[in-house]
Amino acid sequence: MRRAYLDNVATTPVLPQVLEAMLPYFRDAYGNPQSIHEWGDQAREALDDARSKVAALIVAQPEEIIFTGSGTEANNFAIKGLTLARQSQGKHVVISAIEHFSVLHAAKTLEKWGFEVTQVPVDRYGLVDPEEVGTSIREDTALVSIMHANSEVGTVQPIAEIAKVVKKRGALFHTDAVATTGSIPVDVKELGVDALSLTPNQFYGPKGVGALWLKKGARIIPFLDGGVQERGRRAGTENVPAIVGLGKAAELAKEEMASRMAHLSALRDRLIEGLLSRIEHAILTGHPTQRLPGNASFCIEFIEGEAMLMLLSHQGIAASSGSACTSRALKASHVLTAMGLPAEIAQGSLLFSLGLENTEEDIDYVLEQLPPIVDRLRQMSPLYSKFLKGQQGGR
Amino acid sequence: MPVYSEKVMEHFMNPRNVGEIEDADGIGEVGNPVCGDMMTFYIKVDDNHLSDVKFKTFGCGAAIAVSSIVSEMAMGNTLEEARKITPALVAEQLEGLPKNKYHCSNLGAQALNKAIDDYLKKQGKKVKSKRRGKNEKE
Repeated sequence: MRRAYLDNVATTPVLPQVLEAMLPYFRDAYGNPQSIHEWGDQAREALDDARSKVAALIVAQPEEIIFTGSGTEANNFAIKGLTLARQSQGKHVVISAIEHFSVLHAAKTLEKWGFEVTQVPVDRYGLVDPEEVGTSIREDTALVSIMHANSEVGTVQPIAEIAKVVKKRGALFHTDAVATTGSIPVDVKELGVDALSLTPNQFYGPKGVGALWLKKGARIIPFLDGGVQERGRRAGTENVPAIVGLGKAAELAKEEMASRMAHLSALRDRLIEGLLSRIEHAILTGHPTQRLPGNASFCIEFIEGEAMLMLLSHQGIAASSGSACTSRALKASHVLTAMGLPAEIAQGSLLFSLGLENTEEDIDYVLEQLPPIVDRLRQMSPLYSKFLKGQQGGR
Repeated sequence: MPVYSEKVMEHFMNPRNVGEIEDADGIGEVGNPVCGDMMTFYIKVDDNHLSDVKFKTFGCGAAIAVSSIVSEMAMGNTLEEARKITPALVAEQLEGLPKNKYHCSNLGAQALNKAIDDYLKKQGKKVKSKRRGKNEKE
């Protein structure tokens, strides 16, 4: 059976060159970077090299990169660590309504600790209005955190514009760039932010590693107490093989960025156009143009996401959904809800996130397999029959 | 995706009795699209027996499998027998459901009960519903 992995938002495959780069650091160069001997030197050099490569990808200084155990950790570190370091100046934080849970829930924890959090809304395309961020900032705002792009709907935020507003009001600005780093150009100076989170499992590197870029001079309260790793800001023996993998993935992403973007956006547009022309009552979610190259996200009316995923999976196709039924908590995606989509429409959420390994044949296969699946579920749907009866009645 | 039993997958892939009955004797609709699942059951009653049961469902894999097996379990039953199809029995027949999908089995049993209520109401008979209050979503 044909198989097509279109769930790169969950995680991307590790490129062979990345895996090759990592392997020696499991078996041969297994030293601890803190050790004073040849084994330690080898590992330390590998860390330095990876740090330079990650810095180069986001146009930053190597010493500004703090390696973490995931993108989630980087976000938690930024949200909690930066606000705690600035709490004498104020205990207010501004985030958007569509942040990843690692920002949303970290902000909830801050509330429990006595901070106040303001959530800035988004429009129907998932865009944050810089003006709205400006009016949310108060005298006592310690930190603003707005994601660079939302991987669920693909919308890319005007971070540079928002940064200008934040700077004017004198707050610190963090962006969760997990969805964008390695996928589209990310330049910390152009963005004008003070801190940025990234993880290579979104750009063909390994899982279990991430990084926080922190502008020189910004203070942060460490999360983990322990040794002097990462200049005392992130204790714990470094995950050298994973960090090497991150470095290699960053290097490749920088080299191949233009061609990857061209490849993915062509496939994305083929899928979006093909799907909308073949399936009636389907809505593209997210911004039509300011969107990630690999993101094709929809709501298919009258049916539910999990049922679609199961039937797609039966045909070898991997996708994802923000429907309530697909979440453990049985709640519809907060992103779709924040964009104003009614709950029954959000139930039909279907996300194809494309990757380097996808081909035109994959897209055509999805376009061939999906319409009968939608038909089949609509034939079972009382909402669809009500809709059809309503149409007949209207004539 | 939740881990479903083979039985759930089988009913989801090949649901029985999907459809509407034009001249149904009773119709039961439960759930709403906002909470995620919606089921409509249609029944034909012949001499106190369910001579036909059909359903339409908007929802996840579990919701569809539950509707299918409830329709199968109820087919040919007397009204009294059909009343005895409980959510626990439905889950058992499906060889188990993931914990967070148990409400789907409630919905299935409720929809069938509601269709029977509707039939009795149309007959002008007193409704003896044993509706289960727990987890009821209406």
